[in-house]
Amino acid sequence: MLLRYRGGIGMLAWAFHRISGVAIWAFVILHVVDIYLVGGNPKAYDELLAIYASPIGRVLEALLGAALLYHALNGLRIIVMDFWPSLTRYQRQMWLTNWVIFAVLGVIVSYFIFKPLWGG
Amino acid sequence: MTRSAYRRAKPQGGGFELAVWYLMRLTGVALFVLALTHYLILHVLYDPALQNADFITTVRWSSLFWRAFDWTLLMMVLFHAFMGVRTVIGDYTHGGVRAALTMGLYLLAIGLFVMGTVVVLTLPTVVPAG
Repeated sequence: MLLRYRGGIGMLAWAFHRISGVAIWAFVILHVVDIYLVGGNPKAYDELLAIYASPIGRVLEALLGAALLYHALNGLRIIVMDFWPSLTRYQRQMWLTNWVIFAVLGVIVSYFIFKPLWGG
Repeated sequence: MTRSAYRRAKPQGGGFELAVWYLMRLTGVALFVLALTHYLILHVLYDPALQNADFITTVRWSSLFWRAFDWTLLMMVLFHAFMGVRTVIGDYTHGGVRAALTMGLYLLAIGLFVMGTVVVLTLPTVVPAG
């Protein structure tokens, strides 16, 4: 049901919103636990941060950023349609606008996240 | 263009579910600012390779403002993320399984609330020398 795509922006937007939301929720659990270690076990925190800074860590970080940005932009689109139902007729334009913003910010943020890997 | 069938309809009749529906949108707008700002600072402006426990105590959390900022972010995200997953659980399970998973979810949220609040309150404030 979640992955069987039968067309329409609404369902695709909804599926991405759900997947990105659950992914962010999982990261929040990890992140509260890791920040707790700063007080309880600083050494373990430093070791974990080294993993975050590794090449694989940076890919995951970029994916987290992508999930956050998609969920934030699509969330605003949902709010606009909830509170101003007449604007729902522009949902396709809002969806496309969101992807333009996503692509532009995604390229810029990814550049900064991956830059240190080639000594920048 | 018709209304999207995949949008969660506003609950009718008021009460708890309607309050949650409004609060999801309110915390969502707050998180648009708080979460994206937090990500921008800690993943773009500061490289993770330069961060460690010392960085948190002497730089990130050396001011009351950023502690309050991150704690507010925690409160918003705990509500938004956990009520969101509650909806997901409700969509795919029912009966005893749903009740047990939802109860486990609330316990996890309370645990994270305590852990996050304790560390933000108790971590010593160290002003960097020089």
